[in-house]
Amino acid sequence: MSDSPAIVESHNPEQQHHFADMEQQRQASSLGMWLFLATEVMFFGGMFCAYLIYRYWYYPEFAAGSKTLDIRLGAINTAVLICSSLTVALSVRAAQFGKRKLLVTLLVATILLGLVFLGIKGVEWASKFEEHHVPGYSFHFEPQAPSHPNTKIDPQRIQIFFSLYFAMTGIHALHMVIGVGLFAVLTFYAWKGRYNSAYYTPIENAGLYWHFVDIIWIYLFPLLYLIDRKK
Amino acid sequence: MNMATVVNPVTERENYLNQEYGVRSWLLTTDHKRIALLYLASITFFFFVGGLFALLIRLELLTPAGDLVQADTYNKLFTMHGQIMVFFFLVPSIPAVLGNFLVPLMIGARDLAFPRINLLSWYLYIIAGILMMHAVLTGGVDTGWTFYTPFSTAFSNTKVIEAGLAIFVVGFSSILTGLNFVVTIHRMRAPGMTWWRLPLFIWSMYATSIIFLLGTPVLAITLTLVIFERAFHLGIFDPTRGGDPLLFQHLFWFYSHPAVYIMILPSMGIISEIVPCFSRKRIFGYSFVAMASIGIAVLGFLVWAHHMFVAGMSIYAALIFSFLSYLVAVPSAIKVFNWTATLYKGSITFSTPLLYAFGFIGLFTMGGLTGLFLAALGVDVHVTDTYFVIAHFHYIMVGGAVMGYLGGMHFWWPKISGRMYPESLGRLAALIVFIGFNLTFFPQFILGYLGMPRRYWQYPPEFQVLNVLSTAGSTILAVGYLLPMAYFLWSMRYGKHAEPNPWGAAGLEWMTPSPPPTFNFEETPLVTWEAYDYGNIDLPKEVPVER
Repeated sequence: MSDSPAIVESHNPEQQHHFADMEQQRQASSLGMWLFLATEVMFFGGMFCAYLIYRYWYYPEFAAGSKTLDIRLGAINTAVLICSSLTVALSVRAAQFGKRKLLVTLLVATILLGLVFLGIKGVEWASKFEEHHVPGYSFHFEPQAPSHPNTKIDPQRIQIFFSLYFAMTGIHALHMVIGVGLFAVLTFYAWKGRYNSAYYTPIENAGLYWHFVDIIWIYLFPLLYLIDRKK
Repeated sequence: MNMATVVNPVTERENYLNQEYGVRSWLLTTDHKRIALLYLASITFFFFVGGLFALLIRLELLTPAGDLVQADTYNKLFTMHGQIMVFFFLVPSIPAVLGNFLVPLMIGARDLAFPRINLLSWYLYIIAGILMMHAVLTGGVDTGWTFYTPFSTAFSNTKVIEAGLAIFVVGFSSILTGLNFVVTIHRMRAPGMTWWRLPLFIWSMYATSIIFLLGTPVLAITLTLVIFERAFHLGIFDPTRGGDPLLFQHLFWFYSHPAVYIMILPSMGIISEIVPCFSRKRIFGYSFVAMASIGIAVLGFLVWAHHMFVAGMSIYAALIFSFLSYLVAVPSAIKVFNWTATLYKGSITFSTPLLYAFGFIGLFTMGGLTGLFLAALGVDVHVTDTYFVIAHFHYIMVGGAVMGYLGGMHFWWPKISGRMYPESLGRLAALIVFIGFNLTFFPQFILGYLGMPRRYWQYPPEFQVLNVLSTAGSTILAVGYLLPMAYFLWSMRYGKHAEPNPWGAAGLEWMTPSPPPTFNFEETPLVTWEAYDYGNIDLPKEVPVER
């Protein structure tokens, strides 16, 4: 690949040569990330749509299934994720000011918080396997006394709740894994001092992604854990 | 270099094709023009694989008895024909080949916004293609291209997971292409290239990309849930556990109906380039044609349930979807009328691209009008799942999308390869394709109206005459497709060298040499004229230079 014939400017080493200037490059990357997040909204949207319909149809089953989830672990995970969003937001700030050490620290903190979330999620999933609450041939559910005496609970339909639970939290967790991997790469480059006030788009875009994954959880937590929790 | 050694300045000039040689320079390229050629080779391969299945289907239907293949094999044939043609040829065809090549050139950019993501999308396509071919060669899939549940999740014993995964991955490749186009069109336009000066091909690529971005992820999650259901026994679409197969259909068609517009909008963009060029006139109603593309993209998202009128839907919902489906005809008709108005009193040259454009306009109109039959609730009940539907969507997808694709390939071939194809052979091929197409698919309208159902490997003897006609047509069509491939390949070595602008066309892509240099333009162009400025095309056009 030869260089562009036209431009010889004093330009940032991070500038790719098909862009006219850094500003154009930054705007393009940013727009690209927002569009990608729009596709992610549609991707999760399919599952939220299924959730909406089935919850409307099978409310007693959803409530019964929801009550078996560990609200304590769910709440802790919510707090963990919100904290990680804070560290990400601060890391963008640190990158803008070119504070290398702070940036690396904050990125590592984000990764650790992400791993804590995934660990707790793993514990929750494992207990679901032990309780035979995983949809499939070995699924077994003993309905507790329903909240209203005249609502009947179909144990088969509770599988729909758990199917959605595993699909939604599973795909969310997959996004977390990807995010942790992304931040691991960024930490490496940040440690080498690649980001500064003139070039911090990768941190900003990874941050956007992380906030998005965070927001999905903010919806998942009440929708899955907090159905009919009133005493 | 000694000037005397330059034998032919056209071949010696450095361009994107001769700048580097070797496999590595192609497989690791980030040049949008080279990636377009990588796509061209790959989708052509899949076109012929899908075409082979189509010919086997037609051969089976030559006789009423199920004699050439078993019923099971036949199911696999039509499934893999559909999946390969839709996901591996039609959806990527124009965007990934001509779009990739032309979007930066037409807006005066050096490359797409994300060249490496562009290459990644081709690799995703290839990974998906390998998965798909593996599924095909190790037993195939028999669910129909639509993967309807619960057959696909609970009953089919074929390679559903693998094919689903392949389509998931190829969808991701489309998403990245669409994302790249939208960002490029927003952020990379040359100075002076305002939105209302954009070529209409760019408008149609923009509309297509919006559908890529908003539709494809829904298909991805739907197939993911099908895969989860097969692999991990989740029950989201399983009726024995309270799951709803109709939900699958809604989610599937939420993508797959707009996908029809992914296939047809790019072709419409090509026609909007070809018609003004060969009638030497500015396009009639530029802004209406541009907005019609956006209108089709938006309305296309609101009509999906017309695929499900007989699936057990509320009659009120069906009424609304029927009405909305009629609405899509409005922007489509605007385009057809405006192309016709552009031709009116133009100085027309009947060149090969224009012949394909004529074919497109006629066949798309027929496909569109029969689509209105299907949008009408009463008629739809009668012809659902018959050959009428088959004929209708082949008129749109083959008569429309493929005609447009071939027209565009001929129109821009001089730019892509730097060589001219043989014109008389080109016209002959266009004629053969048109005749072969109509002979193949027109009888299917009648068959469907008489009640022959789709997806059966045998049929009552009274349908044989029309089926024989259709099979005969398909062989003619095959010749029509092989011919351009042969002379395109021939022209790469023996064709006449192309001028920068062999058609006298307007548009930035014609103001740079054929084939273009790696960075497209020697200088960043400054646009001071409107699109399709054929009124002033003969005036000497100085490309003022920024910087």
